[in-house]
Amino acid sequence: MISAGLDVGSRTIKIVTFDTIVRDSIITDTGANPLRRCQELMSGRNFERVVVTGYGRHLVAPALGGEVISEIRAFAIGAEYLYPDCRTVIDIGGQDCKVILLSDNGEVQKFEMNDRCAAGTGKFLEIMANTLEVKISELGNLAMSASKTVRINSLCTVFAESEVVSLIARGELPADIALALHDAIATRIATMARRVGIKERAVFAGGAALNQCLNRLVGDKLNIELTVPREPQIVGALGAAIIARNMLSNNNEIKTEA
Amino acid sequence: MANDNIQMWTELNIDLKSHDMLLNALGPIFKEVYLSQKNRPAGMGFYDFVVGDIHGIRVKELREHAKNGGKVVATYCVFVPEELVWAADAIPVGLCAGTQFSVPMAEEVLPRNTCALIKSSFGFKLGRVCPYVQASHLIVGETTCDGKKKMFEILNQYQPVYVMEVPNKKTERSRQLWHGEVLAFKDVIEKLTGNKIAAKKLGEAIDLVNQRRLALQRLYNLRKNRPVPISGKDALLATQVSFYDDAKRDTQMLNALCDELDKRVAIHQGVAPAKAPRILISGSPMAIPNWKLHHIIESSGAVVVCEESCTGTRFFSDLVKPTQQNLDEQLKAIADRYMNIHCACFTPNDERPDDVVRLAKEYQADGVIHYNLQFCHTYANEAHKMGKRLEKEGIPLLRIETDYSDEDAGQLRTRIEAFLEMIRK
Repeated sequence: MISAGLDVGSRTIKIVTFDTIVRDSIITDTGANPLRRCQELMSGRNFERVVVTGYGRHLVAPALGGEVISEIRAFAIGAEYLYPDCRTVIDIGGQDCKVILLSDNGEVQKFEMNDRCAAGTGKFLEIMANTLEVKISELGNLAMSASKTVRINSLCTVFAESEVVSLIARGELPADIALALHDAIATRIATMARRVGIKERAVFAGGAALNQCLNRLVGDKLNIELTVPREPQIVGALGAAIIARNMLSNNNEIKTEA
Repeated sequence: MANDNIQMWTELNIDLKSHDMLLNALGPIFKEVYLSQKNRPAGMGFYDFVVGDIHGIRVKELREHAKNGGKVVATYCVFVPEELVWAADAIPVGLCAGTQFSVPMAEEVLPRNTCALIKSSFGFKLGRVCPYVQASHLIVGETTCDGKKKMFEILNQYQPVYVMEVPNKKTERSRQLWHGEVLAFKDVIEKLTGNKIAAKKLGEAIDLVNQRRLALQRLYNLRKNRPVPISGKDALLATQVSFYDDAKRDTQMLNALCDELDKRVAIHQGVAPAKAPRILISGSPMAIPNWKLHHIIESSGAVVVCEESCTGTRFFSDLVKPTQQNLDEQLKAIADRYMNIHCACFTPNDERPDDVVRLAKEYQADGVIHYNLQFCHTYANEAHKMGKRLEKEGIPLLRIETDYSDEDAGQLRTRIEAFLEMIRK
């Protein structure tokens, strides 16, 4: 009985196939035609039921004959499966960031998510990496080599970029600027987490969790140690796959527990 | 008919090209949001017709009234006591200001970080795209927020504006100030119309507006049923139209709609399954054609059962005490009624969370969505106290801050779907 979970994000598509364990996972760029990309990825794959989440869920689910769930529920279920004692999930994806509080029985109790803009998201880091002429995968390490504290005041991607440009013009080093950018995002995430009321264990998921500098700064600001799964990007797709599996074993009835 | 309208709009100095774009944009939105709904009450046909001819027949009625020497008074807020306008044989029109279309026009003058409602209303005047504004002899503003207050000063450069001072506290001194403002407004209307407001006329006007309030109360009470006999979108539209339609006709139409809904309730006929999550919306007003939040909620499988807002319960939940006979007592009764609106412009405003808790119970709401327009500081701040209070009461809450644009529709849908997953039983 194999189920599939699909997380169609703004930057990447994640697929997890699952029976009693994760059988396979894929991460690939979303590109300009996510529906076709998903159809290509799923064709020839062996699965009985699929659940779709992520920004493109309503586009992709009908075409694949799948159900739809929100990313918030998907991340909650995925994180709780990986760490049954998980009570908070912090997810920073391509175009949104969220903090989800779980109840003791693993259900979504409360959540916060950014309103509309790319402030404090993966996209923000990506644009800034571009401005600083480093790869996104190197941005965190660059920041950790900083020797001086500078400040970025704006979190708006457009304003922050012009702030970065002025810092460059002032002769500040890329490493110091990179650290300032990470600090700005970490402050925002920490504020959001405190508003929800963070509880341990807190799992940090989404593509931005691969960034060790961000992980350390968010943890420092909240004064806790964040748990980063081995593959933080696939947590949402995993949650979707688990729900699909539960649907199979529950006579096609949506079950709330993972 | 169409040519008549064009001639009328030309006489009203409408920017026809821009106005065409506005109306052409409204049609498809209305079709998608409203006409796609299943199982609508037949009584909504009237409201569909009103929206279909939104800048036509009602404007024509106002123009006829003006040709016969009558005055038209435009308002933006539920604090303006419309009884005084009716009593002087003038017609009050609540302006809408709910579209992104006029926002860029306003941003030529107003600061960008002003709420969409203020920008939209100002843009309508600056862009000359609203025949109701053009047809009005006086615009009446109020001091319910700083953004509006200062916008009215600028608007006054384009068209006569009179501003009523709404106090910020609920003390006895504030009540006296407001009572004085109501008396001053009476003088303004008498001067505008040349008609003296007498007790008999004012009594009739109080009754006219109270009857409409009673009809709206009846409509909202019907929404307490499970399954709910009318969608939130349709109830919102009926409320929105009440701001500018003729009060007597509107009352008849609302009651006819309610007669139909009574029959639905009797046979347990609903627009959504009985188990669909029931949502109470609380916060900033939603002016035509701002149906954004309702549409996302109701196309995600839930149903909006009540709005605690100025385009909801705050508009009609209290009546003006109808028993007063002499003019002074009537004016006092009017002042008292309007002072009792639990608007976020007051500090403190603890009655509002009380209202929301009570309404959530009465309407059997499964969750509350607190809605505030971006840059609306009063409602955005009250959301904090509201959150604490609802948490104490065990009522789930989702806070939404947005504007009229569609750029955040994806994020909003995610948050609303997640909220519904959370509260679904």
